[in-house]
Amino acid sequence: MAASSSSKFVKRAATPLIYLALLALWELLAHLLKVPTWILPAPSTIFEAAVKWAPELAHNTWVTLRETVVGFLLAIVLSLPLSILISLNPLARQLLYPILLGLQSVPKVAVAPLVILWFGLSEWPKIIVVVLVCFFPILVNMVAGLEAVPKTMLDLMRSLGASPHKVFRRLRVPVALPHFFTGCKVAVTFAVIGAVISEFVAAQDGLGYLILISTAQSQTPLAFAAIALLTVLSIALFHGIEFLERHVVDWTP
Amino acid sequence: MIAATGLRAAPPPSPAAAVAVIDLKGVTKVYAGTDGGSVYALGPVDLRIEPGSFVSVVGPSGCGKSTLLRLVAGLEMPDQGTMQRYGAPLDGPSHEVGIVFQEHVLFPWISVLENVLLPADVLSLPKAASSERAMRLLEMTGLKDFANLRPQMLSGGMKQRAAFCRAMLSDPRLLLLDEPFGALDALTREELSLELSRLWQDLGRTALLITHDIEEAILLGDRILIMSDRPGTIRAEIAVDLPRPRNAETVKLPRFQEIKYQVRDIIFNRAQA
Repeated sequence: MAASSSSKFVKRAATPLIYLALLALWELLAHLLKVPTWILPAPSTIFEAAVKWAPELAHNTWVTLRETVVGFLLAIVLSLPLSILISLNPLARQLLYPILLGLQSVPKVAVAPLVILWFGLSEWPKIIVVVLVCFFPILVNMVAGLEAVPKTMLDLMRSLGASPHKVFRRLRVPVALPHFFTGCKVAVTFAVIGAVISEFVAAQDGLGYLILISTAQSQTPLAFAAIALLTVLSIALFHGIEFLERHVVDWTP
Repeated sequence: MIAATGLRAAPPPSPAAAVAVIDLKGVTKVYAGTDGGSVYALGPVDLRIEPGSFVSVVGPSGCGKSTLLRLVAGLEMPDQGTMQRYGAPLDGPSHEVGIVFQEHVLFPWISVLENVLLPADVLSLPKAASSERAMRLLEMTGLKDFANLRPQMLSGGMKQRAAFCRAMLSDPRLLLLDEPFGALDALTREELSLELSRLWQDLGRTALLITHDIEEAILLGDRILIMSDRPGTIRAEIAVDLPRPRNAETVKLPRFQEIKYQVRDIIFNRAQA
């Protein structure tokens, strides 16, 4: 009992401890090797910059978070009906799926400058890039999920005389849900990258924009603080979805 | 002891007693093979199931006995022959037919009770009456205390009991059993077959059992149909004149052993019945 709880504690504490140790090593090396701050600032210097620029960091984090989340949700809204259409209608599948899979191969990041050219300097081009990046992983996983229904379960529903509507709601949707969340977890990580890339291309705010101008002005500690925040944002969104998944899909081990 | 009061099927009106529950004539089934050719899976088969009887079908694996059950269930259509259910053409699944599949096929995302209630949900049966019936079925099969658990928390035998409850929910007149104990260990198999035999007798239904287990077929059936290798045809029929209710002692009766060897001889030595 005592052994198992202490080993549990070690397991839980291991990851934070490794992070702390690496940060300490970084701090130590930065001071010992006298690395110039504009090349590689020590963690303490980054922290000081973060405190000093807290209001700017908060504002730009909010901007990036909003673009990411709005784009991500829009991608879900667009890909869900399409995935249902593709999985249920053989004609739609034949016509749409090859086009969509072809489009998936286009590097979305490379399209970012064009999107900004077309949609101007508002928040929308950034959201659109996020949508483009998130759309395919959700769609592909959702289609796979809707088609992953075991034949035995379909037989059961057929033997009960279930309508296609009931088969969809009672069987296809639950079977597809774990796949949907897998798609979402892949997509949300891409979403943050998409937002930052489009902020690199053209923007007046957002963490990507902040990284761009702070490095241009040799404010390297501020750039690092922004990168740290982006990382936290990404991890938080991922775990947020995982949390939702655990509560919605509570039947898989 | 198990109380089946209130679950017993209403006695069929006397003219209907003459009509067979299932009547297949000259039924064959051909599947398209992977190499473009055709695979003769079944037939021609004649099968008549009288009301209130328990028919067991035994045969080697791959003989098309599952195909036979899928045809009777209305899940597949024959290539030749005619099929009738209660005197009407059999052209699709019916809520008067309950099926227990080889795998339990319980949905892991809903509770045991909700799984048992699935036919009521699909057929839009009245909720209160269905729930009451579901709970009674779960009580009969010893699953009452597990009603609100997810099926993955149950043992293999309990899952198959739940699947039986689900098949019985809509009060079907015919119960189809497709190797219902095939995925279970030997001890659970025997226990469940005896339990099913008792339930069937208490509930007074017609049943068709597909199995490769000879003892199971004898223990449950009024008559045994023995199928040949593919394409499966019915090569012999044996009446099981063992007393009911059957129990663990039935297996020890000399007559049981006699029938068992008779069936084995037909299957393995290709002897004529």
